[in-house]
Amino acid sequence: MAGDNGQPLIHARGLVKRFGELVAVDAIDFDLQRGEAFGFLGPNGAGKTSTMRMIGCVSPVTEGTLRVFGLDPAHDGVKIRARLGVVPQLDTLDMELTVRENLVIYGRYFGLPRRELGTRADELLEFVELTERANDKVEPLSGGMKRRLTIARSLVNDPEVMLLDEPTTGLDPQARHVVWDRLYRLKRQGVTLLLTTHYMDEAEQLCDRLVVMDKGRIVAEGSPRELIESYSTREVVELRFDDSRPEDFSYWTDGLVSRVESLPDRVLLYTDDGDAASHGLHERGLVPESVLVRRSTLEDVFLHLTGRSLIE
Amino acid sequence: MSTVALSLRPLEFFFAQYRRVWRGTAVSSVATPVFFLLALGVGLGVFVDRSTELPGDVSYLDFVAPGLLAGAAMQVASFESSWPVLSAIKWTRQYHAMLATPLRVGDVLAGHQAFIAARLFMTAVVYLVVITAFGAVRSPLAVLTVPVAVLVGLAFSAPLAAWGAKTELETSFVAIFRFAILPMFLFSGIFFPITQLPTAIQWFAHATPLWHGVDLCRQLTLGDVAQWSALLHVVFLVAWTAVGMTLAFLSYRRRLVR
Repeated sequence: MAGDNGQPLIHARGLVKRFGELVAVDAIDFDLQRGEAFGFLGPNGAGKTSTMRMIGCVSPVTEGTLRVFGLDPAHDGVKIRARLGVVPQLDTLDMELTVRENLVIYGRYFGLPRRELGTRADELLEFVELTERANDKVEPLSGGMKRRLTIARSLVNDPEVMLLDEPTTGLDPQARHVVWDRLYRLKRQGVTLLLTTHYMDEAEQLCDRLVVMDKGRIVAEGSPRELIESYSTREVVELRFDDSRPEDFSYWTDGLVSRVESLPDRVLLYTDDGDAASHGLHERGLVPESVLVRRSTLEDVFLHLTGRSLIE
Repeated sequence: MSTVALSLRPLEFFFAQYRRVWRGTAVSSVATPVFFLLALGVGLGVFVDRSTELPGDVSYLDFVAPGLLAGAAMQVASFESSWPVLSAIKWTRQYHAMLATPLRVGDVLAGHQAFIAARLFMTAVVYLVVITAFGAVRSPLAVLTVPVAVLVGLAFSAPLAAWGAKTELETSFVAIFRFAILPMFLFSGIFFPITQLPTAIQWFAHATPLWHGVDLCRQLTLGDVAQWSALLHVVFLVAWTAVGMTLAFLSYRRRLVR
């Protein structure tokens, strides 16, 4: 089967997507191996969705090479899509049909026999904990339930790769954790996951490896830990001020921390020992309104790489 | 996998969706012909038959019934191919769901139009039964009005689908219904022979698919088929459908694959 023997499931070199003058994806390279959970992390407009749509064979490649399961999306869209499970950014469920009908009809698009789909639908509803809602219409379901149904639906053809475009955007924290839990289980079962997100905690929770995207380009690649090690310090001291925010920080922080990021609402000090740094500041007589020492996250990596926050 | 097999897959969705509204459409597909035939064929027809003679010496009921059948096909097809197309793109986004599966743009279009053809078939069968019950059918050839009605409908639904996939404005459909569909319904020879109209408007009627459908259905129910003219009607309707489908395909592709 294509994609085995160490050959990547998805392979992109110099991949470009242009919409007229606008360059949405600007010559990116990446490979997705079987069994891994791979993420595109970046703010809105970074080119994540355009990349996903090219992989899903619903958006033609402008330039460069893209191979999915070793096949070319320009010619083998039908074969490729038969092996993908797509969770789009906007739900495409039919609100007036029942939960179960949504699954069965979607399965029919793949040409799966009705009898088989009955059993499959029951299993999938069990997996996403929607068995009790099987015969209800979709419309009144909560956002989290709809998302879980979309995930169940994308699994109907037993896909080799799942494409998840912002799987938890717009969900409340509790619903997000339920979705993450299901995705984590799929990952444990060996399903290959490719996801986009602008939530760093989502990327940290789910991705073995990720690329950071900004303005259509890949600006960094690695595991969450590697990225934090390469582009940030171990710890961060977050300072908030009332009115007495000093103009020049270098006076206070010279020799204490390795880098300072000044944001409108707070100041971030990057250091490997946060407690020592905040102690040092105190000794020099700087008194902020609040001091928080925390571990570095991918948010800090992104801030360092692009000078902007992920969610603006 | 053959193209035909793939294009049939969306049908199941459209039928599932239709199951929610089928009672309403079933009632109206019986009630509409009954009302029209009572009012025009029986009510108005008495006065028409007293005062004037229609070509071929037919009663007004026999004259108007096949035209109404063709007109109904146009109405059903136009409705089914306007809002539902835009909805499947913008609101329910069902086309996008289909395109994430092995289905291609052509399958999505063909599947939707196949559903509309099925709706037209059912509507035409009911209409034919009703006009037969009113005694307005003179020939067994009338059975052929069913496939003709399907063809008339597709000649409208195909180009309208092209528009539905192009427009951002749902209000444009209202304009189409008011300024294209309604005038065609009134001036394509359903209610009176178009020879009554000024020559320029007659030419206009000849260019639209509805007049061809009306005349062909009338030839069939009256059992008075002029072979060459009937063939021309069919060719004309097929041409409208083919051009419409091509435009629809291009329009779908531009909207859905970008």
